[in-house]
Amino acid sequence: MSATDSVIQIADEGSVKKITFTQKSIIDETVIHQIGKDIIGVIDSMAKPKVLISFGGVDHLSSAALGVLITCHNRVRVKDGQLYLSDIPKPIFEIFKITKLNKMFQIVDTSDAALKNFK
Amino acid sequence: MRSEPYIQNRTLTDLKTDLEIVQREIAAALAHNTYTEFAKFAIRLCMEEAIVNAFRHGNRGAPGKVVQFRCDINHERAEFEVRDEGEGFDPSGVPDPTADENLEIPSGRGLMLMRAYMSEVEHVPPGNALRMVYKNGPDPAD
Repeated sequence: MSATDSVIQIADEGSVKKITFTQKSIIDETVIHQIGKDIIGVIDSMAKPKVLISFGGVDHLSSAALGVLITCHNRVRVKDGQLYLSDIPKPIFEIFKITKLNKMFQIVDTSDAALKNFK
Repeated sequence: MRSEPYIQNRTLTDLKTDLEIVQREIAAALAHNTYTEFAKFAIRLCMEEAIVNAFRHGNRGAPGKVVQFRCDINHERAEFEVRDEGEGFDPSGVPDPTADENLEIPSGRGLMLMRAYMSEVEHVPPGNALRMVYKNGPDPAD
């Protein structure tokens, strides 16, 4: 097992795949690459993806990680699916605001609230 | 807590290993000089972006090429310079990643984040060095 194998955890919440992170910092390039590969794998495994990415416990995020999230967003949209982000700590949310990505992503305060939003 | 000025000049040869060392040393220097949690977050993010850019884009990942890193931290300001061995970079050529038509493009946000968090960001001609300053003080208002 490589060091990046357990960077994310995937749980079934009904028809939704909920993704959480096992590391506090999402800044290492190798880790980010693996995260992108794993999440895209989840998206591609669903005909019409319903994906929730929870950032609870994450305290650092780089622009490269934003790039992976945008790629995921684009992939979900192509498949006519739904992607929500939740539990984003305030400093991380500030990065979304600065880059105006809070306008593009569906961001909800908590995972529970996000799960209620899936159609 | 007393101020402990910290000055460092370092040649970085390996992105992962040296970045970890630099981040650890900067975090300690910021803590010793009464920087807030917000400042530590901002500076860590900007160091990550600047040094990764220098290795990946400036040096294009070429083996043997190094990055020169300099910092000067005291209780009033933290100044950093990251210099690569590339030909230089024209920041005016970077499209605005916040424009509606660019929002879905996955790259091009590192420089924007550095400009947002740092007090000063300057590309030193011919563009292969980035100088950044964070002025210590109260966190930006919500």
